[in-house]
Amino acid sequence: MADPQLPSDPDTEVVDAPTGPPTPALVRPATLAIVFAGGTLGTAGREALTLLIPPTGGVPWAVLTANLAGAFALGLLLEALARRGADHGRRRMLRLLLGTGFLGGFTTYSALATDTAALFGTGGAGLGVAYALGTVLVGALATLAGIVLASAMHRTTRTRLSSAAERGRA
Amino acid sequence: MTPWLFVVVALAGGVGAAARFALDSLIRIRTAGRRMGEVLPWGTLVINLSGSLLLGLLTGFAGAAVLPGVWLSVLGTGFLGGYTTFSTASFETVRMLQDRRWGAGLVNGAVQLVAATALAGLGLWLGSLLAA
Repeated sequence: MADPQLPSDPDTEVVDAPTGPPTPALVRPATLAIVFAGGTLGTAGREALTLLIPPTGGVPWAVLTANLAGAFALGLLLEALARRGADHGRRRMLRLLLGTGFLGGFTTYSALATDTAALFGTGGAGLGVAYALGTVLVGALATLAGIVLASAMHRTTRTRLSSAAERGRA
Repeated sequence: MTPWLFVVVALAGGVGAAARFALDSLIRIRTAGRRMGEVLPWGTLVINLSGSLLLGLLTGFAGAAVLPGVWLSVLGTGFLGGYTTFSTASFETVRMLQDRRWGAGLVNGAVQLVAATALAGLGLWLGSLLAA
């Protein structure tokens, strides 16, 4: 913690105030609009999946698919952006649009919890445990796979760039 | 589902995502520089737990026929779907495990899941009381 007046995370907007604690600029319109736009598209994507893949036996396959695909994509996105440099400017805008907005809206926790509780309520406790634990465990593996893929892609690009530079010098 | 309802649900999800971003930023500022702020991602936890309780409640209301199905779609699938998030929760858990913070990772992964499901179940039960 270098300076308590500064936010610990670049997600946070702070307005300079001469005295007192930092004030969040929560309604900074441009930033909220980016998250809103991404969230609208992400929710539309999840809804479209729900129309395409109907639930069977109380298991919401569409939400499961959205959560696992979104977990993989967020790992890929955040690792790829972090490896390209600090979180500001265009990279920050992409993170807010695609990560916080689109993938945040595409994936959902409330439906996971409510569908699991409903499975328990209708006597499908085993199925409820399998659905909930399966989502969280496979989701974590999917996130990790996204992170690992982004690291590998970054290394490949760097290797290709440096060998191109070698050839340029030769 | 009519095309109009699809659009309204999607827009409600956008509002939910913006609300998540605003509340998460506020919680980050409140916990910044404190030890508790470094232990767990409180923003995502508060958002996912409150959203799960509310979706359980709305689903209970709809089951008891005191909330029209259209409203469950807009407020539940749309707003609360966009407000809560699985991908960030999963990412934060994986980062904790990568940092060998096993206890925090377990809380963020398993305890969040159990607590959110219990709160959703409480909401479903409270909502269904209205059917009586």
